Amino acid sequence: MKPPPFKYHDPRTVAETVELLARNENAKILAGGQSLMPMLNMRYVQPDHVIDINRVEGLSYIREAGGRLEIGAMTRQREIEYADLVARRAPIVREAILNVGHRQTRNRGTLGGSLSHLDPAAELPLVSAALEATVHVQGPKGKRDIAMAEFPAGYMSPSIELDEMVIGVTLPVWPDGHGYGFVEFSRRHGDFAIVAAAVLLDVEAGGKIKRASVTVGGVGPSPVRCRDAEKALTGEKGAEAAFRAAAETCRTIDAMEDVYAPAWYRQHLATVMTRRAMVAAFGRAANAR
Amino acid sequence: MARAHVTTTINGDVVDFLCEADQTLLSALRDELRMTGTKEGCGTGDCGACSVTIDGRLVCSCLVLAVEVEGKAIDTIEGMADGENLHPLQKKFLEHAALQCGICTPGILIAARSLLERNPDPSETEIRYWLAGNLCRCTGYHKIVEAVLDAAREMRS
Repeated sequence: MKPPPFKYHDPRTVAETVELLARNENAKILAGGQSLMPMLNMRYVQPDHVIDINRVEGLSYIREAGGRLEIGAMTRQREIEYADLVARRAPIVREAILNVGHRQTRNRGTLGGSLSHLDPAAELPLVSAALEATVHVQGPKGKRDIAMAEFPAGYMSPSIELDEMVIGVTLPVWPDGHGYGFVEFSRRHGDFAIVAAAVLLDVEAGGKIKRASVTVGGVGPSPVRCRDAEKALTGEKGAEAAFRAAAETCRTIDAMEDVYAPAWYRQHLATVMTRRAMVAAFGRAANAR
Repeated sequence: MARAHVTTTINGDVVDFLCEADQTLLSALRDELRMTGTKEGCGTGDCGACSVTIDGRLVCSCLVLAVEVEGKAIDTIEGMADGENLHPLQKKFLEHAALQCGICTPGILIAARSLLERNPDPSETEIRYWLAGNLCRCTGYHKIVEAVLDAAREMRS
């Protein structure tokens, strides 16, 4: 288990990094390395150039600005896990991250790395889609913003150019007291989920659902927003039958099939995971009682 | 290609070594420095047998390039005992027979020490969650968890 030979670069700035990306063919960025290193060890990827961005300054931060959370691409999953600001303002991100890999991998793995790798079942792209994040990328021509809904171009392929890199993410914050639920089904804890669901609910005084966000991972090639379920939830007051009916709409999502699970099983799991996440989210909403 | 020159602190000693740019930290420890206490299990970050700490943070050394640890402090299993004096965790692993074949043991000891440094009084659930990145195919984990609980008790007193 040894990586194939490559040329190693360790730039200090984003500008230098995108310059290296533009100049070198078959180059890969090494962020936390928790996806790229296994792929190198297994020789699934054989890049000619590895560009290590661990020494690039200014890409690791968690801050609040204008009612949004801004998180740098190189922020370790561990920093997000332990950040009070995240726990207070976007608790679903913390709950999701507790399902990401394990202690060792969260200590190295980064938010930007997970988004760029874009595994269909990964937790961080899923909550980013649920929160309608904006992904900030930079290339030789400058910076641009990509809505998370537009970010996946296909299976494990972000819609960024070969000479662009993710530099940060902005997450809109839901109102204080909102409900959130993140539930996943995996063969072992810490594995990628077979199916995961993220639900956010804004519940108004009196217990009526004002706004809902329902997203599943592991079903399609990238996170899928379940608009029918969101519509079905809006105006509801938390009856079990309403959650069941809303979750049932997820059975028709176009689902992937692989050696682990056939499409019908992923669709079935989508209904179960979304229902559980809805119940959890409603139970946590301050106005639900 | 010129080999890379890396300066680190390993188990408290300043260590310089040469390695290839494409060599993992695990491979540099084992093949360049002959510190073979750290084991390779999977090479994909699933098993935790290669666990070491970098600047106090628990990581899989198979998923870090050796050149990435320039200027950092590494702790490995070789630094755990003080000469002939075993660390309380090592003693309790022996007492509780918390190992059989032993290949996962260095990684689990490093991970358990990392837990106890942050949480001297962990619950069984906290121990199991923290050690979830370390696979053991022999013990069934029960004796490992007992040994860590017992070592934590002893280290607190």
